[in-house]
Amino acid sequence: MKVLVAVKRVIDYNVKIRVKADNTGVETANVKMSMNPFDEIAVEEAIRMKEKGAATEVIAFSAGPAQCQETIRTALAMGADRGVLVQTDAELQPLAVAKLLKAVVDKEQPGLVIVGKQAIDDDSNQTGQMLAALLGWSQGTFANKLNVADGSVEVKREVDGGLENIKIKMPAVITTDLRLNEPRYASLPNIMKAKKKPIETLAPDALGVDVAPRLKTLKVEEPPKRKAGIKVKTVAELVDKLKNEAGVI
Amino acid sequence: MGVLVVAAHDGKAVRANVANAVAAASQMDPDVTVLVAGNNCDDAAKSAASIAGVTKVLQADDAAYANWLAEDIAPLIVKLAPNYSHVVMAADSVGKNIAPRVAALLDVAQVSEAIQVVSPDTFVRPIYAGNAMATVQTADKIKIVTVRPTNFKAAAGGGSAAIEKIGGEGAKGLSSYVGAELSKSERPELTSAKIVVSGGRGLQSGENFKMLETLADKLGAGLGASRAAVDAGYVPNDYQVGQTGKVVAPDLYIAIGISGAIQHLAGMKDSKTIVAINKDEEAPIFQVADYGLVGDLFQLVPELTAAIEKK
Repeated sequence: MKVLVAVKRVIDYNVKIRVKADNTGVETANVKMSMNPFDEIAVEEAIRMKEKGAATEVIAFSAGPAQCQETIRTALAMGADRGVLVQTDAELQPLAVAKLLKAVVDKEQPGLVIVGKQAIDDDSNQTGQMLAALLGWSQGTFANKLNVADGSVEVKREVDGGLENIKIKMPAVITTDLRLNEPRYASLPNIMKAKKKPIETLAPDALGVDVAPRLKTLKVEEPPKRKAGIKVKTVAELVDKLKNEAGVI
Repeated sequence: MGVLVVAAHDGKAVRANVANAVAAASQMDPDVTVLVAGNNCDDAAKSAASIAGVTKVLQADDAAYANWLAEDIAPLIVKLAPNYSHVVMAADSVGKNIAPRVAALLDVAQVSEAIQVVSPDTFVRPIYAGNAMATVQTADKIKIVTVRPTNFKAAAGGGSAAIEKIGGEGAKGLSSYVGAELSKSERPELTSAKIVVSGGRGLQSGENFKMLETLADKLGAGLGASRAAVDAGYVPNDYQVGQTGKVVAPDLYIAIGISGAIQHLAGMKDSKTIVAINKDEEAPIFQVADYGLVGDLFQLVPELTAAIEKK
């Protein structure tokens, strides 16, 4: 069984982002970029499936500008076998990415697609569910634990009240939550090896996908800032402030 | 055309956040229909009908809807959607699971976690863990929107909308529900609690969280945690407050032993009053706290608990 994982190139989670002065977006020039952390978890899960013999090949997919090659290389260094990059400088929204993924899935016929539950840049939390819909496949979202057996996947999901267990038929789309696994670091020899692994580059047109954005971003602004508070010295002072100043207890 | 609000429920009543979703929906179009799908969900439908501002409730009973599997619920919503200008769900684990599936089946975009309705086609939503606010406009004929409940004041009760029973679409056979491991708690639900007490890695163990439970019980508060505390196994996943966990906006948020990573701040910085207790006076949590107390939480928390007892 092939497993396809999708990896997105995003601003590194440790970077404090800056809103552009003209309010058109967030400054991305000269900012450290990394693989979306939830996608690292997806790659790790796929590699573990291969190590356990449940998967035969792990394919890393990305969509976006040429630099997404680096993100795919990271996945290859972790242990993915090969990459597919749909290269475009156009703005890609979740529905468009889902359509690109579907086109690649139609070609590659994986048994599972694993993607991060959300990207930490646009925080949409849509692509996996959209892909499952377009393929008519089942979806195991916010996965905390997976068990692949006999043409189906048992998925433990992180939900509002705790955890939920479902069983879904394969082929299926999985979206990863934080506690599915702890992604490995790529070793230096594996980083060197990854440079020789193949990455196929495709264009959205060649896949017959219209990636035109559906949502128009009118402006991007800084959130309202909280006023700086004060330090209190004692518990008694804190309780007094909460009662008499804030009036919350 | 009107708005279709899809309501999650437990069979007896719709979730509290449905009243917030109805309030958000009313700002898109005052004609609000609520869909209650489930297996024998008479009571849940009645609870939806009692939300002020709801014009009509559609009740779809089908064994396939008993556990809210996305593969089975989405086709029902897709069938109803063309009668409405918007489909709205609360951005909780049900809405996040189902709404994008509906959107893709309709070939439309989704606006995730709207925090403000600017106009029927324009919404404000947080991006980058709330470190930027994007105003987005959708031109799609059917607008799929999930709304962040804490940003919309819940619609009142006292409504008496008509309930119309509609048929179900049956099961697709793609997925089945096995069971749940839900956290049992007598405390108020995190996202609707007036006061939230949250603990982080500074607690050092799950055992030490009992100290926060005592404080939370004195205050009638909900109990939350940072990602670090959940990852360390101190508390279950549903305690997590943050960018990828729950978003809370109580009157009072008490962060104990939490350093304040931006991903955590994203989930609580809309709280009315924030208190931080941390031994590290440089901890970023103090930059958003109204009242900061620097010191050893193992000494300060019992002291605080005792002080509140005295009131």
